[in-house]
Order: sequence, then structure tokens, then C-alpha cells
Amino acid sequence: MRVPLSKVAYARSGDKGDGSNVGVVAYHQAGYDVIREQLTVEAVKSHFSEICFGEVKRYEAPNLMALNFILHDSLGGGGSESLKTDAQGKTHGLGILYMQVEVPDDFQLHA
Amino acid sequence: MPNKDKVLIANGQGFWGDSILGPIRLVNEGPLDYLTLDYLAEVTMSIMQKLKMRDPNAGYATDFVRMVERVLPVCREKGIKIVANAGGVNPQACRAAVADVVRKLGIKGLKIGVVEGDDILSDLKSLIDGGEKFKNMDTGEELAPYLDKVMSANVYIGAEPIVEALQQGADIVITGRATDPSVVLAPLMYEFGWSLDDMHMMAAGTIAGHIVECGAQCTGGNFVGWKDVPDMARMGYPVIEASPDGTFVVTKHEGTGGLVNVETVSSQLVYEMGDPSCYITPDCIADFTSIQLQQESENRVQVSGIRGAAATDTYKVSVSFKDGYKLVGQLTVAGPDAVEKAKLCADIVFDRVALDGVEFAPEERFVEILGTNVCHAGIADAPEEPAEVVLRIGAKGHDKDKLNRLGMEIVPLVTSGPPGVTGFAGGRPKATDIISYWPALISKEKVKCSVSVEEV
Repeated sequence: MRVPLSKVAYARSGDKGDGSNVGVVAYHQAGYDVIREQLTVEAVKSHFSEICFGEVKRYEAPNLMALNFILHDSLGGGGSESLKTDAQGKTHGLGILYMQVEVPDDFQLHA
Repeated sequence: MPNKDKVLIANGQGFWGDSILGPIRLVNEGPLDYLTLDYLAEVTMSIMQKLKMRDPNAGYATDFVRMVERVLPVCREKGIKIVANAGGVNPQACRAAVADVVRKLGIKGLKIGVVEGDDILSDLKSLIDGGEKFKNMDTGEELAPYLDKVMSANVYIGAEPIVEALQQGADIVITGRATDPSVVLAPLMYEFGWSLDDMHMMAAGTIAGHIVECGAQCTGGNFVGWKDVPDMARMGYPVIEASPDGTFVVTKHEGTGGLVNVETVSSQLVYEMGDPSCYITPDCIADFTSIQLQQESENRVQVSGIRGAAATDTYKVSVSFKDGYKLVGQLTVAGPDAVEKAKLCADIVFDRVALDGVEFAPEERFVEILGTNVCHAGIADAPEEPAEVVLRIGAKGHDKDKLNRLGMEIVPLVTSGPPGVTGFAGGRPKATDIISYWPALISKEKVKCSVSVEEV
């Protein structure tokens, strides 16, 4: 079944130079397997197509069941240059949780 | 030999502007050995430099002095030491202001340490002449052509000079641009006798510092599971209960609001993260992929297994420089047809300034209609017909007068635009400096830190 990522993982984001960092952490190991397989660089780049105008980089931290993404060129100049309301990418973590992922029918969803 | 077998360190400020209740409640509501405070963000140093240019006695976190006045009597009573990067670009002035407070409170025999050497603004030219390129870590450009626009230049220094201040008996240590985790690592090095060669301990202290550096962001603040966070108004700030073997517990004082669990701690671990296997600080390279988290009991998370590698031979330098101007104003547009009218308002403003000979290229213009899905553009569904929206309109550029001319045409929409335009708060907007950030590296041997401890 297809579910929003928010049923599988939680997230936090902040600024990293001209880009934002979006950390995604699965609620459990089966969820980590899902995000590691489905949150590809291409999928994340496409999800943020109207926000991120640069390269997307992905890192893995399996011990934390976490993935970290850097969304380059997503802050309108970043830091004090930006005029955007979300100049530091504080909301991008919640943004990624709107993604849809495919999980098995018996998958334990977060309430 | 460790001085103690457990050290309690709490961080009470995540940035200059954080709630003063954090540190006040931390010292009053539970046991503590050290209170650390992080005041510095990337842009803060340039703001402080500006303040210092106007007043040679300014340029530090004034909040810190007000906070010290409120917590110092309790800190004396409980033996709590304070470590803060509150000195900004003027640590000596910060010490003088704190010393005034100490005298006013009638406290005797208190030692205040100051760490200096991070501020290389006045040495920048000679360093460049001597061969340092200060290549921008993002773009590879050299700094030399921008030298006359530079506002501030600070080295991110590490824990070592803070340890030295503690060894000299400082009760309060004030630094300039020390890294956020170093203010937490330093007391652990001092208390447990860790040296810079103990790379796994350096990494453990650094990660402890990273977890608490944003204050309540690891105790339930900014947390996706916010509905499960009790009593946020009385949110407890984080306390690290550290052991000499490099393991520690993240917790908060009993009876406070907020929440500490594996999820709140993990959330903070990934905050502002780059490559998790290679978190570079002046003290070490910490490996976040080695961290083991375990819920020990309610509001207590055990952190262990941390591994690190030796520090690099360079320091990071944060240079800020003037890079043109920006202007933004906002007003509220109420329905019906709020979105359509807000778009018209934006067009009117740019068209009117053009009638007066002031034109802005599309890439200089900025228009944002809050309420139509700005933060999650292209992700969440935008409401079809919001009852009202907030129009934010502005521009960036190098011509200040041109921007200020634009600022004059925003308010007049209230009477000469479509109906339902209101809420113009803050008066006519004015162009402000854009301070850009230039990250670079400098070899460690070129930087000399100094420590001075004085008794008040």
C-alpha cells in the first residue's frame, strides 16, 4: 500500500550554506529499509522540484536508521541574503514527510 | 585522573535571542556542574562587528550579561561554572560588563576567563600577503578581491583554550567564536582529564555538545511528534550526564516539561548535518554512524559507542562581507479573490516604480504570497480560495536608492490598489545590507589563542 512518509519516518531540517539539510529517521528497522530503498536522490529531487534548484546529496547513517539529504540551492541565497519566509529551510523536514512510499500490507505504521 | 565520575552539563541558549528562562530554570530546578550557552550563528558575528564599529564597548551578546545577573547567586551557591561563546567580537568588553554585574551583586573572589585569538579581521591582509588564500569552501574563489567589503573574520576555535581557562580556576569562561560543541567538550576534558589525543573521547564530547547546542531542540522542541510533548511552556532544557569513559545520558531536570526520547535526540543528531561519518570540528572528526542510542528510562537516553578520528590541521574561518542590499515589505490582502488581487498588487508596485524610471530585472524581484503554499511549494495542496493572504514583496540589488524607491510604493496600495488591502505593519520598509558568508580554511599554526583569567 502507498502511505505518506510521515507514517514511516520523522524528520528535521536546517540550513547548510546555500542549501538545506533534511534528516529523515525511520521509526523502526523495516521503515529504514523502506526509506533506504525508496528515498533515492532522484525521488527527493523530484519531490522538491519547486524548492530545490541544485544538486541533491544523500548520506546514510544505518545506526540511527537515518538518511541525510543536502538540497543545494533551495534557500533563495541562504543565510542573511534570502528574502524567503523559510530562509533556513526549517520547514523542509516536514515537506519531505509528504512523500508517498510503498510499504507491505502488514507494515507497522506510525500512529 | 578524573576529578569526578559524573559531570552534569546543561546548555541553556541555542542562539542569541533564545528564551532567558532556559538558563534561569536550569540552575534553579535541578543539580548541575556546568551551564553552557551558545550565542553565535553564522551571521551573528557580522551583526556584532557592526555594533562594535558604532560603539567600541559593544559587540558581544548583551543577553548573556542580563542572564548572568539573574543566575549568578544560585550558581555561586551550587558551584555551577559557566562557559559561553558570548564574547562575540569583543570578549574583553563582555568580561567588563559581567565584572560590573558581579560587583553589583556583591560577589567576591569570582574568576572570569577570556579566550581570544579567534578574531583575525585585523590580520586578514597580512595573512593574505603571507600566502593564505581563504578560498571559499563552496565556490573555490579567493578572498583577496573582496577584502574591502569584509565585515568580520573569525576562526572557529576549539576546546583547548577553554580547558586552559578552567585549569586557571575560571568560574566563568567567555569566548569569541568557539564552536558550539567545544563549549560542552571543554568542561569534560577538564573534569575527566581527556586530552586531544583521546580521539574517541573528543568525538563523544563533541556529539554531546552537538545534541544540546540548540537548547530545547533535543528535549521536544521543533519535534515532529509535538502532540506527545507535554507542557511545552515549561519545557526543560537539556542536561548531559557524562561519564569518564565517553558515554553519556541526555536528560532534563525532573518535573520540567518537554520530552527526551530516542526520537527527540535522533532528530537533533541529524540537524544541520552534512556527511554523518565525517563531522569536522577543531577538536576531532566525529563519526555519527558509530552512535548507539538507548532509552534508559523516562526522559533519559543513553548514548554510547562513539568513535572519532584525529582533528585536521586546519581551522574553519567564517568571513562575512557586504554583498549589496535587500528590501522586503508585506501587507495583507483579504478576499474575495485574495490571491488574484495579491498578484495584481505585486505587478502594480513594480510597474509604478518603472513609471518613475526604476526597473528591476526578474531575478532581482521577490514576490511571495503566504497562504498559497509557499514553504511547501509543489508539495502540499494549496487552498483553492484562501480568505486572506499575506503578500511579501521586495528585491535585492546593489543600488540602495533604487530599492528604497521600491519600498515607497508598497503602502500606497492600501488606497490605490484593489480593495481589501490592509495590515501594513512596520511602516515603510528600508533597504538593509546583505551580509554574505564566506567559509574558508586556515592552517592551525597561523592562529594563536590566548587565555586570561581575572578575579573580580
